[in-house]
Amino acid sequence: MAQVTLRKLVKHYDETPAVRGIDLDIADKEFVVLVGPSGCGKSTTLRMIAGLEDITGGDVMIGGEVVNDIAPKDRDIAMVFQNYALYPHMSVYENMSFGLRLKKTPKDEIVRRVQNAAQILDISELLERKPKQLSGGQRQRVAMGRAIVRDPKVFLFDEPLSNLDAKLRVQMRTEIKKVHQKVRTTTVYVTHDQVEAMTLADRVVVMNGGNIEQVGTPNDLYHSPATKFVAGFIGSPAMNFLPCVLEEAAGALRVRLSDELAFPVPQDRTARYRPHVGRSKLLFGLRPEHIMEQRPHLEPNQTPFEVELEVTEPMGMETLVYFLVRGTEVCGRVNPNAGARDGGRMKLVADLNNVHLIDDESGKVL
Amino acid sequence: MSATAQAIPASGTKRSSLQRSRRWALIWSYVFLVLFAIFFLMPPVYMLIMGLKTSGEIAAMTNPWWVFHPTLMNFKALLTSTQYLTFFRNSAVIAVAVVIITMLIAVPAAFSLGRMRFWGSTTLATGVFLTYLIPDSLLFIPLFKIMAWVHETTGIALLNHWWALIIIYPTLTVPFCTWIMIGYFQSIPKELDEAALIDGAGYIQMLTKIFLPVAMPGIIAATIFAFTVSWSEFLYPMAFTVSADQLVLPVGIVTTLIKGDVYNWGQIMAACLMGAAPPLIIYAFLMDYYIAGLTAGATKG
Repeated sequence: MAQVTLRKLVKHYDETPAVRGIDLDIADKEFVVLVGPSGCGKSTTLRMIAGLEDITGGDVMIGGEVVNDIAPKDRDIAMVFQNYALYPHMSVYENMSFGLRLKKTPKDEIVRRVQNAAQILDISELLERKPKQLSGGQRQRVAMGRAIVRDPKVFLFDEPLSNLDAKLRVQMRTEIKKVHQKVRTTTVYVTHDQVEAMTLADRVVVMNGGNIEQVGTPNDLYHSPATKFVAGFIGSPAMNFLPCVLEEAAGALRVRLSDELAFPVPQDRTARYRPHVGRSKLLFGLRPEHIMEQRPHLEPNQTPFEVELEVTEPMGMETLVYFLVRGTEVCGRVNPNAGARDGGRMKLVADLNNVHLIDDESGKVL
Repeated sequence: MSATAQAIPASGTKRSSLQRSRRWALIWSYVFLVLFAIFFLMPPVYMLIMGLKTSGEIAAMTNPWWVFHPTLMNFKALLTSTQYLTFFRNSAVIAVAVVIITMLIAVPAAFSLGRMRFWGSTTLATGVFLTYLIPDSLLFIPLFKIMAWVHETTGIALLNHWWALIIIYPTLTVPFCTWIMIGYFQSIPKELDEAALIDGAGYIQMLTKIFLPVAMPGIIAATIFAFTVSWSEFLYPMAFTVSADQLVLPVGIVTTLIKGDVYNWGQIMAACLMGAAPPLIIYAFLMDYYIAGLTAGATKG
């Protein structure tokens, strides 16, 4: 059990920077997910923690000790790879015990640990099989078992679910969370899938272009994104972004999206937004779930408006509606019984309590 | 089957035309395979037939594809001649020793060139392969000079000693075996060594506990290659050994069973047949591995 700390961590491949100096503190027993698009440096960061990549600059600390020049095997970590990386010629038992056998652990201790891990992962009856006799999900469990038996300070997961089909992925996601709740080992998990990140993490680290965009709990990231990138990356369907102008009239602020469409800014945000009145390059951000069908009782700061729908997508528990505001497509989520139909007019409500105003130049959420 | 064909006539015709074209493809495959088989089996069959004939029958030029008075005389004569057994022993000891030396050099070489990326490793790997492309007919004269020079300077006589071939043959086998195994090692996913690194294995353990077992088909393919090359090599032993007790099988057969212009055909054929047996037996047992080894790079990516 240990905390992991990254200090001004930099990685260059030849001249190309992959990680541009990141700082991160991961607490003991915490489950942290690094998420971002491909090429954002998340895997490189993980591999530097593992010791599989040389560090160009900065420090990696595990349990308070700088491990930059310590070999992977002496860092007391375990890693689960995307393609499982099971040893094909060894049985499940041999795969899981390989690390312990190299460390000359006593035999009865090995048996005890392997059986314990097999029980946690429900693979006790597979111990004699070879990897090629296992399904994808079972291989993934064995790969996790190999990590658990070593009882390391830190678990590292590198996109462990990407090779599984959609249904199994959801199932194994729950499985990983359960395992973490049982063993409580500090975990760093890399994925490109924001849903995986949100569901698994105690804290999510959103990375982009070799930098950390934001660190926070899943709810923090969802409700108060720090940048346009995080706002657009977290949540599906993605947040709507519309160019807008902030107007002041009679002491109150209004966001104008088009000649016909303008929404009043909630009272509690007036002070925060006032300096930006009249400024260009301003974006209005609102998630699809905050554009709803017309309701009889409106909460404060919910503003009704009417649009002509382009397309509707019934999803079962909800219907996605798409309409244009000055040429930009906007998505809303309405009740399936609200009568949305392709090309029809519809009364919608925008929930301004959840609006974000974004400076499009710096990408910062105001 | 016929019921389905009646019920859906359209698909029935389609299927039967597919079956017909498949049948023709099979017929042609068999025709050519049989032709190949006849072509390549003719020499060993001819060797067997001639080996079973007496010298008299061969001289009488009866039907060459039939034995009228079969005899094991030729085989008996060879197996009781100390000369032939010496050739056989020389060849066998050389082949086994060469295989061992080749593997001891080629496996670690291929592992380091294929898996441990270092400055110049790709250039070196290509260089290793290029040395294989130089034919031995170009090399035997310089090699002869080198062996003579070694004798002059150190006093160790390499010429006309069969064991000296154990040092010479690896120059033929090591480059190609290294090349085969570089390809095989590279086809193993890199996560496997990373997992082993994290599990606490050093490079030696990674090689012996992970790579050797996983790359076994490639290693067997390389072993068979090294064995075949050293078993059938003709030019080097022809050039470097002279005395009858220092010869290996291919050279021994030609030099001792052809005396002047007298060809002892019956014994030559019997000797060749027995000499071809060991590689044949090894191939037969390891064939599956061998094919897996040769096609590994293509399918495992």
